[in-house]
Formats: sequence, C-alpha cells, structure tokens
Amino acid sequence: MKHLLSTEGLSLANAVRILDTAEEMAAVGDREVKKLPALRGRTVVNLFFEDSTRTRISFEAAAKRLSADVINFAAKGSSVSKGESLKDTAQTLSAMGADAVVIRHWASGAPHRLAATDWIDAAVINAGDGTHEHPTQALLDAFTMRRHWTQLAGLPSSGADLKGMRVAIAGDVLHSRVARSNVWLLRTLGAEVTLVAPPTLLPIGVEQWPCSVSYNMDETLEKGVDAVMMLRVQGERMNASYFPSTREYSRRWGFDDNRLRALDSLGLKDTIIMHPGPMNRGLEISAAAADSPRSTVLAQVRNGVSVRMAALYLLLSGDTREPAATLKESN
Amino acid sequence: MAEQSADNGVNNNATTGTYLIRGASILGAGTEDLLIRDGVIAARGTDLSTEGATVIDADGLIALPGMVDVHTHLREPGREDAETVETGTRAAALGGFTAVHAMANSTPVADTAGVVEQVHSLGRAAGWVDVRPVGAVTVGLAGEQLAELGAMADSRAQVRMFSDDGICVHDPVLMRRALEYVKAFDGVVAQHAQEPRLTAGAQMNEGDVSAVLGLTGWPAVAEESIIARDVLLAQHVGSRLHVCHVSTAGSVEIIRWAKARGINVTAEVTPHHLLLTDELVRSYDPVYKVNPPLRTDADVQALRAALADGTIDVVGTDHAPHPSEHKECEWAQAAMGMTGLETALSVVQHAMIETGLMTWAEFARATSVAPAGIGRLADQGRPLAEGEPANIILVDPAARWTVDPSAMATMGRNSPFRGMELPGKVVATFFKGHPTVLNGKLNTPYRHPTDAAAAPAGGY
Repeated sequence: MKHLLSTEGLSLANAVRILDTAEEMAAVGDREVKKLPALRGRTVVNLFFEDSTRTRISFEAAAKRLSADVINFAAKGSSVSKGESLKDTAQTLSAMGADAVVIRHWASGAPHRLAATDWIDAAVINAGDGTHEHPTQALLDAFTMRRHWTQLAGLPSSGADLKGMRVAIAGDVLHSRVARSNVWLLRTLGAEVTLVAPPTLLPIGVEQWPCSVSYNMDETLEKGVDAVMMLRVQGERMNASYFPSTREYSRRWGFDDNRLRALDSLGLKDTIIMHPGPMNRGLEISAAAADSPRSTVLAQVRNGVSVRMAALYLLLSGDTREPAATLKESN
Repeated sequence: MAEQSADNGVNNNATTGTYLIRGASILGAGTEDLLIRDGVIAARGTDLSTEGATVIDADGLIALPGMVDVHTHLREPGREDAETVETGTRAAALGGFTAVHAMANSTPVADTAGVVEQVHSLGRAAGWVDVRPVGAVTVGLAGEQLAELGAMADSRAQVRMFSDDGICVHDPVLMRRALEYVKAFDGVVAQHAQEPRLTAGAQMNEGDVSAVLGLTGWPAVAEESIIARDVLLAQHVGSRLHVCHVSTAGSVEIIRWAKARGINVTAEVTPHHLLLTDELVRSYDPVYKVNPPLRTDADVQALRAALADGTIDVVGTDHAPHPSEHKECEWAQAAMGMTGLETALSVVQHAMIETGLMTWAEFARATSVAPAGIGRLADQGRPLAEGEPANIILVDPAARWTVDPSAMATMGRNSPFRGMELPGKVVATFFKGHPTVLNGKLNTPYRHPTDAAAAPAGGY
C-alpha cells in the first residue's frame, strides 16, 4: 500500500491489517506517555482545501503521537478562486520534502490526481474528497463496530471481521463520502449494509452497490439492525427540493426519540447509534439518541486517532516491517 | 506511401499546379487516376497522361472527398494560448479536412458580422482549409436576445450555421424564433442540447460510475428532453435543425422518430462518443472530461448503429483544444473538451469501418457530403468526378500509428486517444487543387488569388 485513497478496492487483508494496527496504536493511547518514535524525522503535511477542524486535528494528533513533523497547510481554494493550482501546491510540498500528504479537498478525485501524477512522490492519504470517499472515517467506524461486535461475541478484536453484522446507514447518501467509503469497507468486512434514505438523496446507480436500499426507517429497524449510522444533512440541501421540509425529513428519516424507544421495544438491546459528526441535533438525530448509552459518537472520535496513526504508520514505515515488533522496540 | 515525381518543387501557386494521382481506390472501390489541374478534377480514368504533372503514386491508397467538420473550436479570437486559426487549420489539413466550421464561442463571441468576417479572413489568410464561421444564435451566447443573424448571413463570411454551442438555447421561445428567422436565408440552428437546470454543476454521465465516483451527474434526459422539444419546434415552424454531438441512445431514438415524421433535422456524433465510455473517468484524469460527457457502452453501440443507418448524418469532431493548465488539475476544476481533428479519420475507421458497420463510401457521406450539405458549402463534399472542385484526400487504410499528442499540429495536448494504436493515415490533402498535405506532412497553404492580388493594396 503506497496510498490510502479509497476503501473501494481495499482488500480484506489490508483492511484487517489497518484495524489490527489501530488496536495496537490504541494501546499506546492508554499509556501515560502517548508517543512513539516510529515516524521521527518524517514530515506529514495536512493539506486542507476545505474546512474541517475535526479531521485535521485528528490527523495532527495521530502524526504527532508517531513523532512525525506536522505541517498544516490550509489552502482554502474554492472552485472560483484563482489561487495556486493543486499541481503547484503539490510540487511545492514535494520540494519541501513531504513524506506524506493528508489531503482534504472539495473536489472528488483530487487525492487520486496527487497519487496518479508525478507532481509529488509522497504517500497520499485521502481525508475526504468531495462526495467521493472518506476512507479513514469508514475505517474508524469499522474499528468502532468491530470492537462492539467482538465484545458481544466474547472474542478478541484483533484479526476479526464483521461477518453477519447488520448495519443501516441513513440520510444523505447522494452527497456523502462517508456513506460510500462505509458501503465498500463494511461489505469487504462481511457486514450487511442497508441504506435508508429519501429517493432524492440516493445516487442514480445505487442499485449496483453491494448493499440493500430502503425508503423506510421503521421497517429497517423492525427487520433487526446491529448498528445505525446517521449521516449529517448539509444545510445547502435544505432549500434544493431534496425533501419538503426539515420537519418532514426528521419525522421520516431522522433518528428521533420514538425510534430510540423502538429499539428497546424491538428487543434490540445491543444496537449502537453512530454519527460521523458534526451532528444536527433535532434534525437527523435527537439529543436523547445522541447522548444515549447506545451512542458511539465520542468513541468514534477517539478511535479516529488510532486508525489514522495506523494508516500513517503503515504507509510511511513500509510494508515489510511487522508493526507489532516495531511497537515493542519503541516501548 | 505517396511518392512525388522528379518535379518535387514546392508550388505556391495552386491554380497552376497539376497533379496526377495514380491508381487510387476511389471511395474504397475501383482503382483509377485523378488528374488535378487549376483547382479542379480535370480528368478521371485509367492510364491518364502524366505529362506536365506531379505524379503521386496512390497504390494502396483510398481517394475520398476532403472531410468537412461541422464542429470545430479554433479559439481565435481571444484564446490564442489554446489554439489559433493557423494552428487549428494546420491540424485540420493533416487530419484530412478541407473545410471546418469555427464555433462561435470565441472572445469576443462571434455574434456580429465583424467577428465572423475576422475569423473568415484569418482562415483565408491561413490557407489550409475553408474556414466557415458559425454565428452565435444569441448575443454573447447569453440566451436572451437574438444576435444579428441576418447581418452575419449577408457578411463576407456568408454564415449559414448558427449555434450557441457550449451553451444550450434553452428558452423555448427564443429557440422557436431562431428556427423561424434563419429560414429567411436558408440557415440552420445547431443546438447544443443540454437542459441547464438538470445539469447544474454536472461533471460526468449520470449512472453507475458517477454514483461510485461522487461526481455530479449529467443525465441523458437533459439532452433527450431538449432534442424532443426542438424537433417538435422545427416541425411546427418548418425549419431546419441540426443537433450537435448526440451522445445517448435515447437521443438516437428521438431523432429516428423525428426523421420518420419528415422533420428536417440532422444530427452529429463525435469520434470520441463513438469509441470511449465513462469507465475512463474512474482515473479522474480530466483528459476524459468533455461536454456532453462520455456515456456508456450501450450508448456507444447505439451511436455507431445510428451513424451507420443514417439516423445520425455526420461526424463532427467538437475539436476543443485547451492549454495544459486547464487539464492538469482536479476533475471539477478542469475545462471540458478534447482535441479531435487529427484523430477523427482514424477513430471513425476503427469504430465504424473495421467493425464492418460502414464502407468508405458511407464514410465519405458522413464526413464530407452530408456536412457540406448542412453548412451549405457548394464546393465541398462533391463527387470525385471531372469538373468538380479538387478537394480530395488520400488515405492509407493499412497504416497503424500510436497517438502522440505532443507531435500534433494543434496546440491542444488534450487528446483522449493518447497512447492508443489507431488505423488509417491521411497521406495527402488537396484543397482547391493544392496539396496542403503531402506524404503525411504539412506542405504549403493554398493562396487565394484574389487575396494575393489585393494584398499590396492593403487588404481585400
């Protein structure tokens, strides 16, 4: 693995390897000194063309815990601004000796362009590109689910997949890079994914995806589900006829208090509620659901650092070394 | 390949040039000689006398009427960093064209007699092909007010084709009026069929691939709904409609239906829509970004069948050169368009002739005869017969070559066919009896005698 651009095409072996490495990284996070010398002398650039405080600081914390030098480059280029081109920015970073570029971009495919061209030789990690993919988000979601799923089975998390787990992903699938990355990754890990959304917020072509599609949240819950992932509804969708009103959206597609109670009455006591954040409380998720013991929202944030450490570590320290051995050496 | 006789001197005075094309397969059929003198085909037959003529051995070559492109972006005036009339028409001559229609989306827009005359004059001065300016339908391509179509028709450029290409004339009333108005001078409205609201921010064909890539979709219905409306408008007002770059199977069905009803509609397909699909977009390489977008394999097959059966009348290149910085960027930032003049013949041979869908005679119909008819070019797309204007190309159908955009005459390097091995090579192009291309290389431009005479007096 030279780059981490998407979960589509990520093999089961590599996916499990990243999740297992993340488990080891999580153990580091539990220690008093939360730092490893693994990437000492390596430079990681956070190249953000789109605002995202959460993802940036998660990557920054991950890189710093691995002792890498971190450069934050907020290139707030918009589609209309005539600033420096991606090519020139990439060549500049290359000249500065960047070993890895963590790129967040509003344009789908921008990380692929960095990886496919000769503009820069660094490892490229996609930190979210347009409405395409957000692979580290899906990996941290899978990590969170795997811990839950293996704990229920009384098994160790390491080495496990998600076979048999039923996951519902609900909301604006059309514009969601999180949904796309999760569909591919969860399928690879053996989970059964159902997308729940208004037809207007599903892409044409979704019928080719390895998942099922439902227009009815309540029916999906009644069929039984082990994790429900609510997607954020972006403000700009609200006045573009994707749905009649936020109230109707909330009633039909949101995870409200009634549905939270329904999980109990349906006997789904172990079902978790996930959200990639930031949440619109009262729109796609009620406050009670977000704050309930079922909610994994904060665990997802915590696990994000471990997963991003694993990704940086595996991309920058090469495929040949055994991660566990290196970690022990550095203790 | 063609060989010249001992008389290898460059002849800049085209009207006195005499060439004997020996043993060419005429439209891919029987082998005959063609004698070119004073800009016309002086004789066609076997064992014609070589006396006083430069002999071109055309053994193994096919003689076709010079190709006519109904859809070319020459970029001048305004974007001379992308292409000029000079470079674009050099590319055209090398690609086997003897006439091109220069689209109106220049800067300033070709929406006045002054601009179309400028482009026309630049074309004559370059001398590689006939440059037929296309006039804008609306002022500034803004879709609000008709441009002075009559003034452009009456100008020295004698515009007959009008198009806001790049932008759809989406206002149904404006489209109706344009169709009606051009009847006064036998004009045609060439529509870029794209419903704007259905394609806001569109990046690629909407379908299975766009769903995965997270790129905003350009649905087929946005093209088909405009074509359906326009053929009904053309029928209602009894005018002539041309549909640019048809890209979907559904559009083909609508056009087939319209023709069956006797509606006066013609349609065009680009070489790239005959060969490439949206699967290529998975690379996110903007060299595959074009408008209308690359579609699916089912669309490609429907377009090929439609070109073969005449539902689609012509091949138009939609040659759209762009400076490299407009392609070396993110997909969403990149300009739409592909070069096409120097690959059109080869792509059509590959997609249509080598698949058995078309003969070379049908190729001549779709690339020369029909497009000349749409543009009302009297001396293009003519039969290869005695007394006809000598706009002729010689093609080596057995040649194979690998597309190298950096070796092209166009300034654009944005060829989606780069690296592909394609069949067929233009060996010679005769424009008004003068060889603009010989041995597969640029020769010299044709010099219009009236221009030469008038030049010392300060223009014509």
